[in-house]
Amino acid sequence: MLLLIQYTLIFASVLILVALGGCFSEHSGVINIGLEGIMVMGALGGALMMKFLPGGTSPFLIIVLVVLASLALGMLYSLLLAVAAINFKADQTLVGTAMNLLGTAAATVFVKAMNTAESVDNVSSTIQYIEPKKAFLVNIGGFEFNWFMLLALIALVLAYVVLYKTRFGLRLCACGEHPQAADSVGINVYKMRYAGVLISGMLGGLGGIVYITAGVSEWKFENGVAGFGFLALAVMIFGQWKPTRIALAALLFGLFRALANVYTGFDFLNALQLPSSVYNMLPYIISLVVLAFTSQNSRAPKAEGIPYDKGQR
Amino acid sequence: MNKTRQPLLRNKGVQSLLAALLCIVIGLVIGYVVLLLINPAGAWEAIKTIVENFLYYPTANARLRYLGNTLVKTAPLLMCSLSILFAYKVGLFNIGAAGQYVVGAGASLYCALAWKMPWFVCLIAAIVAGAVLGAISGALKAYRNVNEVISCIMLNWISLYLVNTLLANVKEGASPYTIQLSTGNPGAVMPDLGLGSLFGNNRYVTIAVPLAVIVAVLIWVLLEKTKLGYELKATGYNKFAAKYCGMKEKRNIILTMVIAGALAGMGAGLLYLTGFEQWSTTQSSVPAMGFNGIAAAFLGGLNPIGAIFSSYFIQHITNGGAYVDKTMYSAQISDLVSSLIIYLCGFVLFFKTTLDRRLDRRAEREAAKAAAQKGGEA
Repeated sequence: MLLLIQYTLIFASVLILVALGGCFSEHSGVINIGLEGIMVMGALGGALMMKFLPGGTSPFLIIVLVVLASLALGMLYSLLLAVAAINFKADQTLVGTAMNLLGTAAATVFVKAMNTAESVDNVSSTIQYIEPKKAFLVNIGGFEFNWFMLLALIALVLAYVVLYKTRFGLRLCACGEHPQAADSVGINVYKMRYAGVLISGMLGGLGGIVYITAGVSEWKFENGVAGFGFLALAVMIFGQWKPTRIALAALLFGLFRALANVYTGFDFLNALQLPSSVYNMLPYIISLVVLAFTSQNSRAPKAEGIPYDKGQR
Repeated sequence: MNKTRQPLLRNKGVQSLLAALLCIVIGLVIGYVVLLLINPAGAWEAIKTIVENFLYYPTANARLRYLGNTLVKTAPLLMCSLSILFAYKVGLFNIGAAGQYVVGAGASLYCALAWKMPWFVCLIAAIVAGAVLGAISGALKAYRNVNEVISCIMLNWISLYLVNTLLANVKEGASPYTIQLSTGNPGAVMPDLGLGSLFGNNRYVTIAVPLAVIVAVLIWVLLEKTKLGYELKATGYNKFAAKYCGMKEKRNIILTMVIAGALAGMGAGLLYLTGFEQWSTTQSSVPAMGFNGIAAAFLGGLNPIGAIFSSYFIQHITNGGAYVDKTMYSAQISDLVSSLIIYLCGFVLFFKTTLDRRLDRRAEREAAKAAAQKGGEA
């Protein structure tokens, strides 16, 4: 049971971070389908940092540096979306999809090249980080507390405050609802959209490193992040683009994702004799059902997905 | 001179071709730079290998045979790209082609191996399976307003796990792969009508290849020459206007996804019923075919006929990627190039409008000059 709570919380942390990322981007008016690719890049940044940090580094420093690496790489990668969608008015769905494919391909090529350079026989796309990963964990009576859970909570509170209580947040939302009106009162829509996309890049990158350290100590980058970026988008829609609701939705989805990892620990689930693929499918099926019931009266930002053109009425 | 050149550059087809070539060149150049960064020693050799693909082999016979292999995999890719471009013309982004492809593979292989059906029944099963999956996304979009991109992604993963479980019943004893068609049920292998002997006796080259091309032409006819195609496109441009004109916009959305799904499902049938590949029941990621279809669809300028050539090109470099020197580089370098090409396709609209604007400005300048000359003469 403790294990289930632990996994639920860590997967929910991933979903909260990434969904909040999507939330910032969409409130500024840019659909970020590329979160999956951003997660891969953020994960790559963090994994590389863990791999190359010298052995005796203090846990605190490890955490700070790994988080910074993920934030930075996620943000850098999201620039691809920002430039294409904001300056060149590209189709945001197309660019986002390209970023998802590119993220996995680029990470695989890079990690394989790095592994092969180390030893010619190693053609895998796996990075190991068994030792440095321990810096993130604190054992409290059998419950493995992960500092990332705290980070997700902080991100949640910050997102709420920034979006609803600051001038920046309200302006950001204005750009996603009616950019022409926002422009007419002197807000720079392009700048705001850049801010939205870059923030989503940082949060997505952070979510990536949390995901690949949840429960495993090595990651094969060929696999990307297995649709988790899209699950986060489903969480965001289910959460109606509002941080507090996103958190609740993330907990629900996290629970179902966690079941796939730990269902063998429950006698009554074992007694059902379901194949493991059922548990693997569960988060996706639940999200489809949930979306079918919540998308009807969606509160999506009105201008999302539409490139801003100053000359347009 | 200018008078003949201007209309040519303004021609939408010429613009699409130019844009596609530009995407390819930039994509390859960036790929080359990445190779240089990894290991400068073999970079030129590697990028040459990717572009050459089957020409890598010295004898004509081997070349033909490996050209055949590329064609065998071009057929499903073309079907996937048709699926995506068809949906895109109607305003839907069918990223679910990957999942529809997966259920197509599952249905065709299960019919072939478990029920020992002949090849055409298996192919129809693949088409139906894809269509059903497409219908789910379409219905969710039409009646429940669920974003089709997200529902498609969810269905991709659901169908992967489903098909893995289903096909585990017809796999070889020791390996995770499904039973070979040639031993399990030779009747399910598509006939080749002598096509194989044209490609150095490559027995995998079957009627699947010409069939895919025929479907491409049919889709072009459907989109450009029929009332249904017109209605579907109108729904894509503006679904409210279409509804106002008396078109059944909900039915059109679902129908589009059904057709798109059927195309992708058929694509899987066209590959797996040649016996060229076996399904690995332990694969943990959705096959790349559906996603490469996105690259082919956009590279082909969203035109079914263009898709024939772009699909071949994408498959050509994907196959070429398998030949690069593995001690230095990985085969995924061609995935990198094709995803770069998709990214660059995002800029095509910008490219076209800039080109048009430049031509406008030039035409204006010349008109002004001509007017000034006339004024001077008078």
